[in-house]
Amino acid sequence: MSEPENRRSRSNISRQIVLPWKKSLEMAFSSLRLRFFRSLITAFSLLLAIAFLSFTLTNTAIARELYRLHGQIALPLLTQAGYVFDAAQAVINAGPKELWLMILSLLVCTVGIVNAQLMSVTERFREIGIMKCLGALDRIILRLFLLEAAILGLLGAGAGSILGLFAAWGAAMLQYQSLNCTGISLAPLLAQASQAWGIGIGLSILGVLYPAILAAKLQPVIVMKEEY
Amino acid sequence: MDTHDIIRVVGVTKAFALGKMPVQVLKGVDLNVATGEYLSIMGPSGSGKSTLFNIIGGLDKPTSGRVFIDEVDISQLDAYELAWLRNRKIGYIFQTFNLIPVMTALENVTLPMIFAGMHSDRAVEKGRKLLADVGLGERFLHKPSELSGGQQQRVAIARALANDPAIILADEPTGNLDSATGGEIIALLQKMSRERKVTIISATHDFKMLSVSDRVVWILDGRIDKIEHRDELNISLGTIQERHEPALP
Repeated sequence: MSEPENRRSRSNISRQIVLPWKKSLEMAFSSLRLRFFRSLITAFSLLLAIAFLSFTLTNTAIARELYRLHGQIALPLLTQAGYVFDAAQAVINAGPKELWLMILSLLVCTVGIVNAQLMSVTERFREIGIMKCLGALDRIILRLFLLEAAILGLLGAGAGSILGLFAAWGAAMLQYQSLNCTGISLAPLLAQASQAWGIGIGLSILGVLYPAILAAKLQPVIVMKEEY
Repeated sequence: MDTHDIIRVVGVTKAFALGKMPVQVLKGVDLNVATGEYLSIMGPSGSGKSTLFNIIGGLDKPTSGRVFIDEVDISQLDAYELAWLRNRKIGYIFQTFNLIPVMTALENVTLPMIFAGMHSDRAVEKGRKLLADVGLGERFLHKPSELSGGQQQRVAIARALANDPAIILADEPTGNLDSATGGEIIALLQKMSRERKVTIISATHDFKMLSVSDRVVWILDGRIDKIEHRDELNISLGTIQERHEPALP
């Protein structure tokens, strides 16, 4: 190899190892499918936490809608249900207990995801090492794990937020029987549910970040060792 | 003659920190390997054989000394360049086959080509051809768990050849196979090395492997004990077998 050619190829090397997005997606999907039960457990912890978040958020939205429709008449029922009326700004807010529960459930969910993903990285040490022996770059491994987390988040949190929305609607029907609910507009409810969905996807990616970086930094020589 | 050396190992040492005591695993190894050569590295466990093997393969870095592959000093390469080297220049074959369990035989073979930026259709076409060359034309859609050990090792050989590497590193390629299957794998490796002018370096205990080697390098206590050419080997092979396999008829 001549010297100038050598230089040129060296400067382009980081672009010479590739994994197209389409192929990455295919690999992430098939990996999730083939580890269905593990994926299901991770998705489930996300689903439950996001269902709770979505439930709380949409419930507050329903309470606000009821206040908008009925004004002062609805207030005793709403405060009895645990909502706080902010007189200065004339808005209904979720009570402190709900806020605490929400934050705690999200924390537990994130820790759960980190734990599940750490397990799955350890399980896949050898596979990651093989890919590196075949020339995979750190960022390719990182991308595969992040894609998997994004897909899990999309599905798990999506199902969770829809579940939470329906649960909140059902609970409201029971709790506020005396009030006429026909005028409630769906838009703010859906906005809250999709906010929960977005948070779920974010949490899923955040939870996988540390395990994925750990995986990406693995040395290919680990495949030579017997114990993995 | 020097220009035809695909690998040059110059004064390589390797020390590991074992607790507070540094352990000198390689104590200065010099070795030249010619293009197209079939080289076996022999040595008892703990001799530094695996360490030398990993260093030549770019999987480990020497403490001092240099390793040139195609006149490029691989101890000076950064992560990207090493990945490129592993992808294009070196094919790995392992004792435990190391196929990716969730992928089919064909997907395993095409993966290095995809990494190299080859178009998917073209990679599939070449993968099918490689699998046919190693004698697995029909079973390309099987998962590794649905293949026998010998068949898995054939897939691994096809995968190692995917990007037409200059060197194939085989770590005990017959270690997990029965004698007959091991013989087939050795014959296949030899055929591939001749047809494609690939340099093969293998670490092995298998005496069948020695008889097809052009040279055998014996490692003892972190140094090269002796290097034997094939013609010398035939004479000493009897004594090797006497020493290690006295039960042989």
